[in-house]
Amino acid sequence: MSARVYRTTGIIIKRHKFGEADRLLTIFTADCGKVRAIAKGAMRPGSKLGGNVELLTHSQLMLARGRNLDIVTQAQTLDTFLSIRDSLELMSCGFYLAELVDNFTEENVEDRDLFELLLATLRILSETGEGERIVRYFELRLLGHLGYSPQLQKCANCNRMLQPEANYYSPAQGGTLCRECGYPYMAASTISVNAQKVLRLWQRSDIAIAGRVKLSAVLAREIKSILRDNIRYVLEKQLKSIEWMDRLAGDSNLNGNKTASHNNDSGPL
Amino acid sequence: MNPDFLPSARPISRLIEELNKLPGVGPKSAQRLAYHLLQSPPEKSRDLAEAIISLKQNLRLCSVCLNITDSDPCGICSDGTRDITRICVVEEPIDILPLERTKKFHGLYHVLHGVISPGDGIKPEDLHIRELLDRLTSNSIIEVILATNPNAEGEATSMYIQRLVSPLGIRVTRLARGLPFGGDLEYADDVTLSRALEGRQEMY
Repeated sequence: MSARVYRTTGIIIKRHKFGEADRLLTIFTADCGKVRAIAKGAMRPGSKLGGNVELLTHSQLMLARGRNLDIVTQAQTLDTFLSIRDSLELMSCGFYLAELVDNFTEENVEDRDLFELLLATLRILSETGEGERIVRYFELRLLGHLGYSPQLQKCANCNRMLQPEANYYSPAQGGTLCRECGYPYMAASTISVNAQKVLRLWQRSDIAIAGRVKLSAVLAREIKSILRDNIRYVLEKQLKSIEWMDRLAGDSNLNGNKTASHNNDSGPL
Repeated sequence: MNPDFLPSARPISRLIEELNKLPGVGPKSAQRLAYHLLQSPPEKSRDLAEAIISLKQNLRLCSVCLNITDSDPCGICSDGTRDITRICVVEEPIDILPLERTKKFHGLYHVLHGVISPGDGIKPEDLHIRELLDRLTSNSIIEVILATNPNAEGEATSMYIQRLVSPLGIRVTRLARGLPFGGDLEYADDVTLSRALEGRQEMY
């Protein structure tokens, strides 16, 4: 860590204009966690950094330690996730994932597992073109990874095994509540049997399976709202890109474009 | 007050402080500029001051294209020789300058004043997209050229506008993305190269 120049791979999760033609990047790296660095001249056409440090690019990076901010000296793209960039829906999922990771991580704290999860998620998004379900899976795994894994097997209050019936869910209580415990608890929302099944499955399966789970539109909405409430509870704020994602889903329907194919799937669950 | 500025007399330290707020002007350059102005003839500094004041007083947004202008509609919108069937959509007023310099585009412009940036909370309503759609229904436009910057937010904005404009039966085009003139293949990123390959053209 003390070397002046270090090499790592990372995904650009945020970038801002900095001075004339520089960019201030927030990079989620494999080896050093979240790092902020300057990419000099990255906004000029013909810059050798330019596209290699674009948002949501996975790049091999050489960084020089600076007093406050590190400086990107070399960058080589490993994966651009091209098909994400061609779709407004997928790109919006990407914006959201980047904002999630930025909000849930501290600078310079290594987190290889989260890096691998983000990388795998972007790959699957790009390969399958499936947005919503993958993002939900990511939210659940992110919560779990950070120690906020919701309790889905037993009642978070009385610790009894949950019955296969509609129960209650409360982020403040740490997950699912049985009928007796949840009923008097005003802040708890209901959670259907199918939503519990899907979340349990996601909790123990890998990402490739997550994308194959078919969800009806109603179930997808339910899971979305449960996980979103949970994330808002943990972060104590609403993420900015959420409004855009909702708006986009609404606009697409207006225009007759399908947001995601799963809206029409009536799956087995 | 910043201690860097203290040694000078009050009017000059105030000027240095103000100059120092400008982009690209550090404390040393600010000092040099201030002392230069002090030594130059009074009419020179008055010209500069007047130019700065009129910048804010006399400028407004063109009611048609939302470019910054001193006359409404702006010089481009009121120019009878321009092609009124094509609109080029840009992010910022400053983006018009390089496009005009090419002398290749003779149509009209539309300035969005920003890009959709979900992470920063910038939504379509914060841009001038509604005004663009209004122009498209009232005029005989046959083509909308999207010239937002080729980065994540610019592309998202273009895709969003394309989705709104295409149903109106207007041709929507996007500036080509490829290798910059004077660039180097070795340093080209994968997205640029992929796009350059996709958009390759036959040589005549």
